[in-house]
Amino acid sequence: MKFAWVIGTLVSTRKAEGLEGVKFLIVQPLDERRLPSGEPYVAVDATRQAGLGELVFVVASREAALALDESFVPVDAAIVGIVDDVHAPLLPEEE
Amino acid sequence: MQLAQVVGTVVATQKSQRLDGLKMLILRPFGLDGKLGSGYLVALDSVGAGPGEVVLYCTGSSARQTEATKDRPADAVIMAIVDTVEVGGDVKYQKGNKGAST
Amino acid sequence: MYLARVVGNVVATIKHPFFEGRKLMLVQRLDLDHQPTPTYDIAVDDVQAGVGDFVLVFDEGTGARQILRAGNTAPVRAVIVGIVDDVEQYGIG
Repeated sequence: MKFAWVIGTLVSTRKAEGLEGVKFLIVQPLDERRLPSGEPYVAVDATRQAGLGELVFVVASREAALALDESFVPVDAAIVGIVDDVHAPLLPEEE
Repeated sequence: MQLAQVVGTVVATQKSQRLDGLKMLILRPFGLDGKLGSGYLVALDSVGAGPGEVVLYCTGSSARQTEATKDRPADAVIMAIVDTVEVGGDVKYQKGNKGAST
Repeated sequence: MYLARVVGNVVATIKHPFFEGRKLMLVQRLDLDHQPTPTYDIAVDDVQAGVGDFVLVFDEGTGARQILRAGNTAPVRAVIVGIVDDVEQYGIG
């Protein structure tokens, strides 16, 4: 799983079966120090509680679909947790 | 999942039987700045996407998790047609606005 | 699997139910000279690893669910499966 920052929302009415009621969020991928790294992408919110500006962790690939109640869905990224705290004494300080 | 715009169709008469009946579309990455990124890919369609539409696609084995692509050689599938994208309170894309950022 | 260093841990209250009671560690992938690479992951700990430990990380879903005896719908891939004592290299690669 990787860190990401929730930066936006995406609305779609026409989508694959099984995705009704699933929330799509735009996230900015982050490196291990929680600094932006790479291009934003879209993830489903399996916590149902992630909001704009929050630090979250995202599971990718086939495992992402498993985070949803209906798991036979074409989903390759899912927010599975909202980060309260990271304790990382072995990483260089964030600027 | 990634954002992309439908920019073309691939027609192939001679192809894997397992691709029979599936629509293959050419996608270009669609940036949050409303511009097309570099590169492209060919994806199968599970939602009836049309020319010029901004869509969401997913890759890897997850791409086979639709009724249309189940047990098919799918490594990328269009799984949603995008209506609105909002980032930091700004509408970055709204269907019908030709993809221009507001 | 790959070699990694545990560089931290992650705390989350709101999370998928699968992660209840499981420890999440921040791991940094290492190269064969044991130097950190830019690749990291947030992995579930199955071996009581601590910050600073040199570990073996498993990164595939089906196997991860077996290791954690987690049923077949757990949204997990990366698991710390061992604390490494030593790596022997033959000097040919």
